[in-house]
Amino acid sequence: MDWDIVIGIETHVQLKTKSKQFSGASIAYGNEPNSQACLVSLAYPGVLPVLNNESVNCAIKLGLAINAKIAPRSIFARKNYFYPDLPKGYQISQMELPIVGPGYLSINANGKNKNIRILRAHLEEDAGKSSHGISQDKTGIDLNRAGTPLLEIVTEPDMSSAEEAVTYAKKLHELVQWIDICDGNMQEGSFRCDVNVSVKKKGTDELGTRREIKNLNSFKFIKQAVDYEVNWQIETLEDGGKIDQATILFNPETGETKAMRSKEEANDYRYFPDPDLLPLLVSQEKIDEIKKSMPKLPDEVQESFQKELGLSEYDASEITANSEVTKYFLALVESKVNPKLSANWILGNLYSRLNEEGIDINKSPIDTKRLAELIKRIEDSTISNNAAKEVFDFIWDKSSVTVDEAIEELGLKQISDSGEIDNLVDEVLKNNQPMVEEYLSGKEKAFNALIGQIMKASKGKANPSQVSELLKQKISK
Amino acid sequence: MTISKKDIEKIAYLARINISQGEAEKLEKKLDGIMSLIDKMQSIDTDNIQPMSHALDISQPLRKDEVTDYDLRKKILPLAPETEESLFIVPQVIE
Amino acid sequence: MLNLSLQSLSSNLEKKTFSSLELSKFYLQRIKHHNPSLNAFITIDEEKSLLMASKADELIAKGKKLPLTGIPIAQKDIFCSQGWTTTCGSKMLENFIAPYDATVIEKFNEVGAVNIGKTNMDEFAMGSSNETSYFGAVKNPWNLDLVPGGSSGGSAAVIAARLAPGATGTDTGGSIRQPASLCGFTGLKPTYGLVSRYGMIAFASSLDQAGPMAISAEDCSLMMNVMTGHDRRDSTSIERDKEDYGSKLNGSIKGLKIGIPKEFFGEGLDSSVQKVIDCAIDEYKKLGAEIIEISLPNNHLAIPVYYVIAPAEASSNLSRYDGVRYGFRTKEYDDLMDMYFKTRQEGFGEEVKRRILIGTYVLSAGYYDAYYLKAQKIRRLISEDFTKVFKKCDVIMGPSAPSVAFKAGEKQEDPLAMYMQDIYTISTNLAGLPAMSIPAGFVNHLPVGLQLIGNYFSEANLLNIAHSFQKNTDWHLQSAKGFE
Repeated sequence: MDWDIVIGIETHVQLKTKSKQFSGASIAYGNEPNSQACLVSLAYPGVLPVLNNESVNCAIKLGLAINAKIAPRSIFARKNYFYPDLPKGYQISQMELPIVGPGYLSINANGKNKNIRILRAHLEEDAGKSSHGISQDKTGIDLNRAGTPLLEIVTEPDMSSAEEAVTYAKKLHELVQWIDICDGNMQEGSFRCDVNVSVKKKGTDELGTRREIKNLNSFKFIKQAVDYEVNWQIETLEDGGKIDQATILFNPETGETKAMRSKEEANDYRYFPDPDLLPLLVSQEKIDEIKKSMPKLPDEVQESFQKELGLSEYDASEITANSEVTKYFLALVESKVNPKLSANWILGNLYSRLNEEGIDINKSPIDTKRLAELIKRIEDSTISNNAAKEVFDFIWDKSSVTVDEAIEELGLKQISDSGEIDNLVDEVLKNNQPMVEEYLSGKEKAFNALIGQIMKASKGKANPSQVSELLKQKISK
Repeated sequence: MTISKKDIEKIAYLARINISQGEAEKLEKKLDGIMSLIDKMQSIDTDNIQPMSHALDISQPLRKDEVTDYDLRKKILPLAPETEESLFIVPQVIE
Repeated sequence: MLNLSLQSLSSNLEKKTFSSLELSKFYLQRIKHHNPSLNAFITIDEEKSLLMASKADELIAKGKKLPLTGIPIAQKDIFCSQGWTTTCGSKMLENFIAPYDATVIEKFNEVGAVNIGKTNMDEFAMGSSNETSYFGAVKNPWNLDLVPGGSSGGSAAVIAARLAPGATGTDTGGSIRQPASLCGFTGLKPTYGLVSRYGMIAFASSLDQAGPMAISAEDCSLMMNVMTGHDRRDSTSIERDKEDYGSKLNGSIKGLKIGIPKEFFGEGLDSSVQKVIDCAIDEYKKLGAEIIEISLPNNHLAIPVYYVIAPAEASSNLSRYDGVRYGFRTKEYDDLMDMYFKTRQEGFGEEVKRRILIGTYVLSAGYYDAYYLKAQKIRRLISEDFTKVFKKCDVIMGPSAPSVAFKAGEKQEDPLAMYMQDIYTISTNLAGLPAMSIPAGFVNHLPVGLQLIGNYFSEANLLNIAHSFQKNTDWHLQSAKGFE
């Protein structure tokens, strides 16, 4: 039997603020337990929440970036449940009337554009952390993370494969960094996905029962978890089994998903409007102001790279897939080097070297200034493309060496002196008379062979276009 | 609407409050009384009426994003029932 | 020093007739003497109070005296006060020493007032008789067999017994006004949002409001000047220009339009109480006020609505008492669940648990619309009744409570009868309006309070309306036998 896969994703994006959602404690990662637990994070008797302005700005930015409506009036609600890392016994979230309404994010899946509808995005706060096994039978509670600003972005069930789910997650991950509302650090939990998966018989409208895979914090895990889950669901149904709605966890070590022990039906969150927080009003002026401050979005930038800088669709989309890469690229373009050549270098040598060594582009040992110099030397024919690669490798771990110094040291400067090239051409012509004959008798290939010979004689330093021109002149004489 | 024993069990679970057998019966009676008082609301037609969550129709103020609170561990850890290495300690949480 | 108004205490301190230290010692002495029979205080800390008094004297010596500098104020134990045990009347917080000051406390500290002790109260402010306190019931100074009202019963007994010249209270459904009525003094619940709730332990956040309790309206105006003001730490605090609440005192009330809601004089009102109220209203007529009959048609729904909204908010507000970070934790437990269940079973009293359960019920799946949402809708109807009425009158008057003080234990087993104590006070909390109770006379030697309800932010007017009455009557100056 054939099955359709139906996937929706809820992403928790940790917002790039200095302080917590409702209090002035720091949200820095990795400090000593409870050193960032202020009275509000600790839910002391009598303390009250006051919303962080920057979080609201971040939510508006996201809304604008996904073509969504920003609610002029939104409401905060309490989600009530007991858990030791939830100090108030409720989480402040938004239920009815979230700040960001329906929008969409378009992804490129199998070469086709597809809009993934986003149902809503709402502001809420993170819980603390439980560390198990402190001593036997005990759990330790660290509230440094409690109250950290989150934006939860919820899609419609519009994805139909693990690949699409990953593509969406990657695109959203890049977008939130691009508009500078999240640091994107998945290891530290700044970007976590809950993935809803169900399957239904191909062609039917009736949706299957969904299971929610919680807290996936890498793209690889999303792929593995969804693949495993889909197979499990299909097998279960084909064996005549039934799927129960459940919250499940993915175990990266075994690659398996497993339902959580806590009973779903025992939860009744008793949402109600938080009486400590009044309706949040967002004016059109505020939205306009934020809009003005926002960078162009990746899709727009890609289009302008294609139209104005002549990049191929592939290159433009690869460059704009990441804001840091785009920044790097734009710095090159600004220093007046050829955009196409720049894109080639970034996506070619730079990328493979960065990947090899696991370095982010903004920490590249060859900064934009040095790469621009290198590309300039190709453009002004000081060195050949191949020689440039040698220079690139040479200066990679020598931050104090300039491109020109490297060219000098490696002796890679092209011979552009026409007298010298003249001599080289004459010599090669003299020594390869049969090849010249072949060319003259119509074998075009021989011409390239001759150029090869000349380049070889120059140890690669002769300017190829100069060589070709001279050769043409001389042969036809 | 009357509150059944089962309802009380459910809400006591949600509220994490133990209720002894003795308490349960007394409680049921009292809660029933309170619920019948509350049920006087049901005779009122409230279609097309906006619910009112706050006394005043004003909007939410926002806080500037700055760090104003610092390490309070010296003050707060001694007030906790059980701590270890700056962590609040509870019986093991099983997921 | 006894029976002096805050104004004259203040000028005596200024003239150095006596020092704050002397004044504070005088009151601490009275507290030591009378508190055992009244149980009005949960915490008395002579050392701390006297240290504050000496500091106040230093300020006075430096010529930096403000109206309440050096004046002892009793603080309801619902306000977190740094270094003081702050219990909220609950076993849950029996040993909780607050590490910070509530805004109200901070404001009294800033002007150099002396915290003379933390007063007893119904547990988490849930009650109308001060019998739900974990620290024992408070007695009514007018008759020790009777209740002082609640939840600010400790503060009420303090004022009635003259154990301090001023006290703070909080009012969620009548917790300042009903005890003011039962103990015979002046109490004001301001417009919601006027006094910061930061550091005031929450019962029902959308209804809770702190206010002054003192002998006279004039005293209350001085306390209001200290207590009010915008607070950025409370998102529901109102941003307004600072107001002098004494500025309208002594203004004429000729032509004042007093609305008398017929719903406040129906079934349930003790007839002798009604007589006292009628007389008080006649007094206003003599002063040149005009009486208008009005109607608050939805007032009878105030109690049902309140007993949905207040417990709902409370059930959530009180979830933080889980024995993890502070406060009480049960001694023996098998696992996490067991710890939660026993901690909350043992740490909360009966009334608090009952309200948590009601609140949980009305919010739970399947009941939210029928109860919580319904209550919020009727809350609007109740509030709109007031909007309509205030187009016709300047102030609403009626009884503060349906009866005089009742016997301890009398209504303890009957929550419904107890809840009826707030039948005239609750609707103003639902609407967020300011209201007062002032002494209006006696029934069988027990005080009766007249309630004054004003429009939003009309506190200064309201205080003048009360003050006009108090200039022409002496009900508020009478004190209980044994405490003169």
